[in-house]
Amino acid sequence: MIEFDRVSVTYDGAAGPALREVSFSVPEGELALVIGRTGSGKSTLLRAINGLVPHFTGGTLAGRVLVNGRDTRDFRPRDLADVVGIVGQEPMAGFVTDTVEDELAYSMESLGIAPDVMRRRVEETLDLLGLADVRDRALTSLSGGQRQRTAIGSALTSHPAVLVLDEPTSALDPQAAEEVLAALQRLVHDLGVTVVMAEHRLERVIQYADRVIEVPGGSAAVSTGLPVDLMVTAPVAPPVVELGRLAGWSPLPLSVRDARRAAVALRSRLTDLAPRRLIAVEGPELAHCEDLVVAYGNIPALRGVSVSIRAGEVVALMGRNGAGKSTLLNALVGLVQPRSGRATAAGADPRRTKPSQLVKAVGLVPQEPADLLYAATVADECAGADSDFRVPAGSCRALLDRLAPGIDVQMHPRDLSEGQRLCLALAVVLCGAPPLLLLDEPTRGLDYGAKRRLVEILRELAAGGHAVVLSTHDVEMVAEVASRVLVLAEGELVGDGETATVIAGSPAFAPQVAKILAPLPFLTVGEVATALEQAS
Amino acid sequence: MRAANHLTLPRALHPGAWWLWALGLAVAASRTRNPVLLILILVIAGFVVAARRSDAPWANSYVAFLKLGLVVIAVRVVLQALLSTRSQGNTILFTLPLIPLPAWATGVKLGGEVTAEALLTALYDGLQLAVMLCCIGAANALASPRRLLKSLPGALYEMGVACVVALTFAPQLVTDARRIRAARRLRGRTSGSFRTTAMPVLEGALDRSVELAAAMDSRGYGRTAQVPRNQRRITGGSVLLGLLGIALGVYSLLTDAMSFPIAATALAVGLLLAVGAMTVGHQRVARTRYRPDPWALPEWLVTLSGAIAAGTMIVAANRGVEGLVLAGPLVVPPVPLVPVLGLLVGLAPAIVAPPLTRRRELVAA
Repeated sequence: MIEFDRVSVTYDGAAGPALREVSFSVPEGELALVIGRTGSGKSTLLRAINGLVPHFTGGTLAGRVLVNGRDTRDFRPRDLADVVGIVGQEPMAGFVTDTVEDELAYSMESLGIAPDVMRRRVEETLDLLGLADVRDRALTSLSGGQRQRTAIGSALTSHPAVLVLDEPTSALDPQAAEEVLAALQRLVHDLGVTVVMAEHRLERVIQYADRVIEVPGGSAAVSTGLPVDLMVTAPVAPPVVELGRLAGWSPLPLSVRDARRAAVALRSRLTDLAPRRLIAVEGPELAHCEDLVVAYGNIPALRGVSVSIRAGEVVALMGRNGAGKSTLLNALVGLVQPRSGRATAAGADPRRTKPSQLVKAVGLVPQEPADLLYAATVADECAGADSDFRVPAGSCRALLDRLAPGIDVQMHPRDLSEGQRLCLALAVVLCGAPPLLLLDEPTRGLDYGAKRRLVEILRELAAGGHAVVLSTHDVEMVAEVASRVLVLAEGELVGDGETATVIAGSPAFAPQVAKILAPLPFLTVGEVATALEQAS
Repeated sequence: MRAANHLTLPRALHPGAWWLWALGLAVAASRTRNPVLLILILVIAGFVVAARRSDAPWANSYVAFLKLGLVVIAVRVVLQALLSTRSQGNTILFTLPLIPLPAWATGVKLGGEVTAEALLTALYDGLQLAVMLCCIGAANALASPRRLLKSLPGALYEMGVACVVALTFAPQLVTDARRIRAARRLRGRTSGSFRTTAMPVLEGALDRSVELAAAMDSRGYGRTAQVPRNQRRITGGSVLLGLLGIALGVYSLLTDAMSFPIAATALAVGLLLAVGAMTVGHQRVARTRYRPDPWALPEWLVTLSGAIAAGTMIVAANRGVEGLVLAGPLVVPPVPLVPVLGLLVGLAPAIVAPPLTRRRELVAA
């Protein structure tokens, strides 16, 4: 169905090719998973499938891409619209109309499909993706999972043979990701659609993949193979695979279910062992909320949240999209005005503190790290941060070098990879050395390597007496780093306690290791490894 | 009977019908300065909006336009008070301090005596404009602007898409600007420059447009346009020119800005150009439309009710029926029977327009 024949892509003005000599083929009806570090060329590869590279982006494509027998050299993206459906990273950015139904019909209208066929296909797609209840709704009023499913549906209505998805679940909470993946499963199994998907969250998707295409980036060759074979040696792997490697299981399990069946022996070895956890050294209180109520217009965001955060804690804030996580963080830096109740950071009301003083007490890295960055180069940005926070010149630069070594400081912040940009924003905020650090969804778009570095940094900060609060959907990250978990639902605090007690029991929030080893209290592969080492 | 002809089967009315009805009311308002009639029009528009609006975001625009109308009245009255002369009457209400002006501004007076006549005239003039604004607001609240753009003729398709995209981007820019201003606080800055606020917003907008263009390209936008670019431009241009002619003709017919033959010619030429170009343009369009809004009995009735309201007022104004124009600013406004009855017909959409439910039912297109 898809054939890449020695494809190299070089963008105009780039030093080297973004893709080098890529050859692979994906047969009909398979789900192919594209993996690789951020910035390794995954998006380029996906966009080459429907000809957006090079027709839309410019640059030179050498070699040949064949999709359903059509060469992208001769067919523009619009001429491939009936063969390839593509869903971008940010579904909202690709919407042309304003309601679900119209959006589903848009590509069919462009293709000139007869009205009665169009009508039937929209109805079918609404049912297939479970969107019938929201068919009249404005796209802006949908939840993240619904938006993603609408985007998939709008690509599907023209009945393409190939569906291309760029990180379809990375911005979604675990429940919404399940919805989307279930819908994709149906497409592959029932309709025989060929799906090519890039995704960092391997723990969510690896079990569904028939084939893995690894894009290592740089000059290394792209390799393809069965998930099981590639996972044995892959540098990035989900916890289930790492646990399998640790326990020496063969064949390597890819799903929690397979792992549970293989883990009987491991469970009995671990029965009498307990994970050794770092108990958070609780210091003085750094942030405090009391009966906090926040509303946007007449839409309540927080309904009476009381919480206290102490130095040395790493607190994870979890809950559905729209549960009030960002609002709580914003209230702690005074970006939103509480309707009633109190929020204090470092003993002061953040709404009444001058910004220049506030940043010394509390720092927030917003969901879009780029919002914090103004300068034209990384070097200017660092210099600007030094003067903003009145710290000696070079402090921000030194922090950045520690967080993400090897960034070219003459680059524009917008040209950095998502992970590098986050590190830059983090360096800017940490520059003021605020005792309380808040992070709003820091793991979006981060690969496993960058996540590991982030975990190390957060642990160091907590050990150094900082308090860290991060809102996230990433349960594996929470299991690794958080000492305490707060769960928000509909603006209310519904769970507050030690990480192990809150997440281990929850079907949605439990990390893979906890699911595999339940009822044993282990959460991460690291804990299992340490326990086994001690035992032997 | 076709399903679309039922008055009670819930569905969305054609946005064009709502606009025609609202324009009818606006034309009716343009014919009178009698506050009783003007307020009656306001109430009629408000009642229909309350009865038939959806829960969509744009449905609140009637209130927004009402507020805008109040601002218009206030500005008008305040300016009149400042610049008031005795030319309209002699009933002095109060006296403002007179501000001396330089010699070159002779004839203009700032402050001084304020007469009741001047204020009331300003109030009625402002009211007329405010009511016309509210009619536009009613159309906005009842008809989704996007659905209206969707029913644009094929020859104007590209322009329609551009407008739809702009409609999405404008609110997005506001949200972006707000977010970036908030982020400035996180850097410990209190004030921002052009570079720190506008630049990120513009960069974000540019990124999004590129993203949207890529999405539209991959979804087949523009793949059916096999017509040479020049021909496409000529058709599009003629349609626009034609619409302009129609607008000019209607405007001058209503306001007596031009003599009747010229206005009628402009209208006729405009109609001819627009219809001709649309037919030519329609033949080459290979795109199809998903569930186009039907134009059936309810649409005719709604349009008719607006036309009757406008027609009654135009005829009454031409015949010089008493009560449309006040004898003087200070008289108690009369209630002319025939125009009131004519205007009340404008209430019909509250009954004849099909109701909206959250889920639209099947409609034979």
